[in-house]
Amino acid sequence: MIADFGFGVLVVSFLVTLYSVFAAIYGEVKKSAAMVESARRAMLLTWPLLTLTAGTLIYLLVNNHYEVQFVYEVTSRSMPTYLKVTAWWGGQAGSLLFWSWLMSAFASLVTLRNWDRDREFLPWVIVVACVTMAFFIGMNVFFENPFAQLYQTFDGINPFTFQPADSILFTPQDGRGLNPLLRHPGMVIHPPMLYLGFVSFVIPYAFAMAALITGRTDDRWIRITRRWTLWAWLFLTFGLVLGGRWAYDVLGWGGYWGWDPVEIAAFMPWLTGTAFLHSVMIQEKRGMMKHWNMLLIILTYDLVIFGTFLTRSGVLSSVHAFAQSAIGPLFFGFIGITLITSVALIIYRWAALKSETEMTSMLSREALFLLNNLLFMSILVVCFWGVIYPLISELFTGEKVTVGPPFYERATGPLWAALLFLMGIAPLSAWGHSTVKTLGRALWKPVVVAIAITIAIYVYFTNNIYALIGFFLVALVLLVTIYEYWRGAYARQRSQGENIFVAFWNLTGRNRRRYGGYIIHLSIMLMAIGILGIELFQKETQGTVTAGDSIDIAGYTVTYREVASWDDTPKGVNYTRAVVDVYQNGIYLGELHPRKDFYFDSQQNMTIPGNRSTMKDDLYVLLVDWQPISADGATLKIYVNPLVNWLWMGSLLFIIGITIAAWPDKDPEHVTVRADRQLKQTSAAD
Amino acid sequence: MKKILSIILLVLILAGASASLVFAQDTFPTDDDVNKIAKQLYCPVCESTPLDVCPTEACRQWREVIRTMLTEGKSEAEIKQHFATQYGIRVLNVPPNPWLTYFVPGVVILIGAVMLFRGFQLWKKPLVAEPVSDKDEAEQVQQDEYLAKMEAELKRRK
Repeated sequence: MIADFGFGVLVVSFLVTLYSVFAAIYGEVKKSAAMVESARRAMLLTWPLLTLTAGTLIYLLVNNHYEVQFVYEVTSRSMPTYLKVTAWWGGQAGSLLFWSWLMSAFASLVTLRNWDRDREFLPWVIVVACVTMAFFIGMNVFFENPFAQLYQTFDGINPFTFQPADSILFTPQDGRGLNPLLRHPGMVIHPPMLYLGFVSFVIPYAFAMAALITGRTDDRWIRITRRWTLWAWLFLTFGLVLGGRWAYDVLGWGGYWGWDPVEIAAFMPWLTGTAFLHSVMIQEKRGMMKHWNMLLIILTYDLVIFGTFLTRSGVLSSVHAFAQSAIGPLFFGFIGITLITSVALIIYRWAALKSETEMTSMLSREALFLLNNLLFMSILVVCFWGVIYPLISELFTGEKVTVGPPFYERATGPLWAALLFLMGIAPLSAWGHSTVKTLGRALWKPVVVAIAITIAIYVYFTNNIYALIGFFLVALVLLVTIYEYWRGAYARQRSQGENIFVAFWNLTGRNRRRYGGYIIHLSIMLMAIGILGIELFQKETQGTVTAGDSIDIAGYTVTYREVASWDDTPKGVNYTRAVVDVYQNGIYLGELHPRKDFYFDSQQNMTIPGNRSTMKDDLYVLLVDWQPISADGATLKIYVNPLVNWLWMGSLLFIIGITIAAWPDKDPEHVTVRADRQLKQTSAAD
Repeated sequence: MKKILSIILLVLILAGASASLVFAQDTFPTDDDVNKIAKQLYCPVCESTPLDVCPTEACRQWREVIRTMLTEGKSEAEIKQHFATQYGIRVLNVPPNPWLTYFVPGVVILIGAVMLFRGFQLWKKPLVAEPVSDKDEAEQVQQDEYLAKMEAELKRRK
């Protein structure tokens, strides 16, 4: 009954979304403001409707309604309540509903903005947002119903939306439980963040399409959506970082990024989104690259759909693809239709999107941004090819191949290095015109200091050529960015007579976008230090030891003490935990507890490392195997991951940087209206 | 003399061969030796999880096969070839013909770079360009403000 109610509300949501699409188009064609307003209200209604649908599903999850197939597949009695709630996005049907729910929230937020200056965009924004939403809700209604119930028929026990004739409802005693990998706190937050990022990119795309359809191809759509894009970027970045942290903590391979196809699927919209964020600045400042910006946001949107498809369809088997279903062709159809329609619109508006100015120098800021775009797109090409090459190979030769990390690392390494170099020089070049002389004058000091730092690294730390190139670039970008900050703050200090810290604060506050962007650059450098450390200097070893035996690695001594195994029946988990003592150069540092968790409901293992983390390195110990009877021996795998914490620290700074850049300014429209009201009040008083 | 030299040579070859045999049988490969090769392999079931870190029983058995083959004196290439023959080339972490893997993105990126360069040439003014001054930018901002004020005024008069 409750499941039927949930499904009923879901169907109503689907119909309301469709109504919104048709009312918006009808209202626009017939020039009926009332119909457009009706479409807007219908779009606003989708959020409460989908919230009710989601609430119903959560009720079923929390209250162990195992007659509902989705509940049976992703929860079990032993799971704590918070995990039962988060199991909502732990399976395919639920995650599609989660996507739609987030989309409806964003669509509702959009409808609440002040549309006075952009009334002509409204119907088309509604159409694009609601078509996207209808597609996802439709998936739930017709193919992946989270409310389908289990019925016993003559053919056995199967899920049905409606009760078949001669069947009885079947309620299993317990559910299968959530995949243990998804029970980690990182995984509880990672999908929502990723999906938030995905969904928020739909809004700039909707405005871009509205601009193309209405022919209002100036940069208004970009100005409206700039903050949406930044928030989308923030969520997507945070989602990727959380995914990396989750992999580091629970996948037990000693790393954070495995170039898994599904990781790459989430990474690709990030690449185009990042390119877009840089490229729109060229349009805003110079009125150029209008075609390109349109193309980038279209690509981002379709890669978002592609990413969701890969994550949820299981078409490319990977650690992330937990489910398989027949929704693949529909996703491909949707991607194809939206891509063709959007590109056709660009072609239709080609003349209107012509650049207002011309490129005047190959060293100007806009030229370097363009080069930055080429590099991001090159990384995208590598990633996209790496993901689809196995499918192409299977299609044409019948034999699947694996494109693993070595390909991505070799192919993208030089591109990342070139991007770092651009990050170093672009802030010093001017919009419009820059020459070798002007750029050289600004650049020589940071270059000299960066070379000196690199020489010091060579003398004291490493002669690895890749590391030296990497650290030189990192030093260059750090110096240039800090120099830019200092120059601005110093100028304020002199002109305004402010304390240097106050000047620094005010400088950031007055130009949040620019200085937020510089903080993002700084954070990327911290992340680069972490990546260089772990990628180039990671050490690993493995050995089987008995109690009292030690393994030496990179200055550490890990002494195995014991292993113990016990059941936690209420949680439905068996823990096997080793205890090891850690020494560095003979000094005792403490003990670590690498362990294996075995979940009874899903019959799956999780390898949890014992990790000693410092800014210098991580000592990461895994329990690979042990002797179950005598319990006096174990196989340990040990990694030393240098500088990896800089990666996480950089990620936090990154989030701060984006938050500063995306922080809303006082809306000039609101200020105007307020001033207007005050004026009226004053006049009335007079 | 020739005969003596031949005998000496034969003895040396046999000694070398037996020494390598002894080495192959006596040197028991470490976990690190096994993992060095396992890192480059994926079992068909646990896709995207390299063999050296895969916790499944099947993968543990594969690692033991590697250990046995190393004990038998098989080289890294021979071991990888063995798994590719047995289970298909998908078990290798890079396709056997990596040039094709690099070729396509390389060509696409090259085309992109050429297009960009061509675009630069087309966009670039043939004459000396006028730099955008701060004054221009300030004017633009003023104009935006002017438009905003005008719109506000129009709204007020409605």
